[in-house]
Amino acid sequence: MAILTAPAETPVPAGRPTKRRPVKRKTGIDVMDRRRQRWGWLFVGPFALVFVGFLIVPLIYAFWMSLQTSTLAAGTQFTWFGNYARAFTDPIFLEGLGRVGRFAIVMIPAQIIVATLAALVLDNLTTALSKFSRLMIFVPYAVPGVIGALMWGFLYSPRFGPATDLFALFGAAAPSFLDQDSIFGSLVNIVTWQWAGYYMIIIYAALRGIDTSIYEAARLDGANGRQIALRVKLPMISSSMVMVLIFSLIGTLQFFTEPQVLRAVAQGAIPVSYTPNMYAYSLAFSYSQFNYASAISFALGIVVFIGSYLFLFLTRKQNGLK
Amino acid sequence: MALLQTPPTSTRTSSEEKRDARRRESTRSGGRRIGSHIFLLILVVYFLTPLWWLIVASTKDTAGLFTGSGGALWFDSEFHLFSNIAELFERQDGIYWRWLGNSFLYAFAGGIGATVLAVLAGYGFAKYRFRGRSAFFSLLLGAVMVPLTALVIPTFVLMSNIGLVNTMWAVILPSLLSPFGVYLMRVSTQDAVPDELLDAARVDGAGELRTFFQVALPLLRPAIVTVLLVSIVATWNNFFLPLAVLSDPNLLPVTVGLNNWQALSNAGAGGEQMWNLVTTGAFVSILPLVVSFLALQKYWQGGLSLGALK
Repeated sequence: MAILTAPAETPVPAGRPTKRRPVKRKTGIDVMDRRRQRWGWLFVGPFALVFVGFLIVPLIYAFWMSLQTSTLAAGTQFTWFGNYARAFTDPIFLEGLGRVGRFAIVMIPAQIIVATLAALVLDNLTTALSKFSRLMIFVPYAVPGVIGALMWGFLYSPRFGPATDLFALFGAAAPSFLDQDSIFGSLVNIVTWQWAGYYMIIIYAALRGIDTSIYEAARLDGANGRQIALRVKLPMISSSMVMVLIFSLIGTLQFFTEPQVLRAVAQGAIPVSYTPNMYAYSLAFSYSQFNYASAISFALGIVVFIGSYLFLFLTRKQNGLK
Repeated sequence: MALLQTPPTSTRTSSEEKRDARRRESTRSGGRRIGSHIFLLILVVYFLTPLWWLIVASTKDTAGLFTGSGGALWFDSEFHLFSNIAELFERQDGIYWRWLGNSFLYAFAGGIGATVLAVLAGYGFAKYRFRGRSAFFSLLLGAVMVPLTALVIPTFVLMSNIGLVNTMWAVILPSLLSPFGVYLMRVSTQDAVPDELLDAARVDGAGELRTFFQVALPLLRPAIVTVLLVSIVATWNNFFLPLAVLSDPNLLPVTVGLNNWQALSNAGAGGEQMWNLVTTGAFVSILPLVVSFLALQKYWQGGLSLGALK
């Protein structure tokens, strides 16, 4: 958890007289100071209410619901971890989990490579075209995921899309983007289009934060542009890269919007249980199996949490923060 | 130690200009520059093609979308943008504009609310040493990694128990939760607001609230703009939560509404096909955010990197 805990471990700076003068008896100032620190709760309080109401309580409630099973015959019964045993032997859930795992392996590198290449190229240029490109690559961030998926659905469609015409120019038949074999790649493309620009901006800003005199030192040592990019620039922004990776990992594992929207145009290729989140959604809202759906949601949450924690642990050296 | 990137500045400092000059010198080889520009152009074409398609598609009627004379990526011989917009006003008594209004309401209420809470909490975490502070903050950092979609189903059940399902509160209240926003505001406050300044204000007799509003808040402006922008976009783009908690068509945000229209057009026969409304509706709905991002670029360009640690 190196990056995220970093500020918590930062020694608290000034403004705490007790810290500055460690040996101190209880004086009037000290009492006043302690009273002042209570203001902290007043500032944090409103958020704490929302945090408890919409995170802690739903989490605990989801866990509690997931320990029960509701049937028409027997009513609601406490079945302990029965739902989890069912989930982790449920081929549909496991298949969905494996699928988002495969998406993570393909989609995260795709987004990060496009974003990093674009950021590295933009960092070297100050032309008008480079400024324009930076904006245009970022624009999809302002487009909701639903609309992005809708647009790509039209573009993929053999009825509306340009593919048929474009491929006809070369006398070839257009590939089908929406059948079972190609839907995976089509979804990777949508997500890359949607998010690469946002990650590019974060990486680009981190690159701009590097002191350029380091590049000159590297150049004097005989490094060429590519070596500078790979050996100097990227290592120096490794903690930004880790953050971007964590964001895309969490996003990918809870994949929902794009396949859900594309389902309408590619029904044969995307079943209702395509990803764990879609499975939980259909269990809850099509079959009213709220207990089992909660178990699926909670299990997915645990997988995501452990996955990102593990990732931060494995990259603790790259974070360079601990 | 977590550091912030340079806050966004509208005026370029001279050191920045020197840096740029140095960068320009450093890209000596003309060949590589041409290669870089070609690479950028390819990226721009890739990222703009869907948006270009949407602009073109919003000028066509349903027949034009299927069999337009110019193909999918060029205009048809007939121009239907205005009649499509007029049709958006007619279909189901103009429910589309209601959806758009709902989206605005949810995004602004959720986004502004989340930002206010995040600014207050970030300041509290950064500048006070109250009991339970580190425990709460560790919990919050763990929460950053909890996938928010995992909370949708229990939130739905809890809300239906207290009768909030199918009201706008079911979308707005959960949107107020932004652990990452609090984290960003805490880091920004530590970085941008010196303790000495707060102490000086206190010595001058300012109370805690006054110190916060008049001393700290102005210094936090760049971070606030960023958190506000990110929260508004997050609520505006939200799909899973409104899909789950809303069923009244009059309460839907535009994302869910358009998705329903698209599904209906796919499933339905002639009379229910409204492809032209889906495309024109999508086009109109992305305009506000895209235009604001382009117009406000100097505010977010530095700010979005706030989360990036050096």
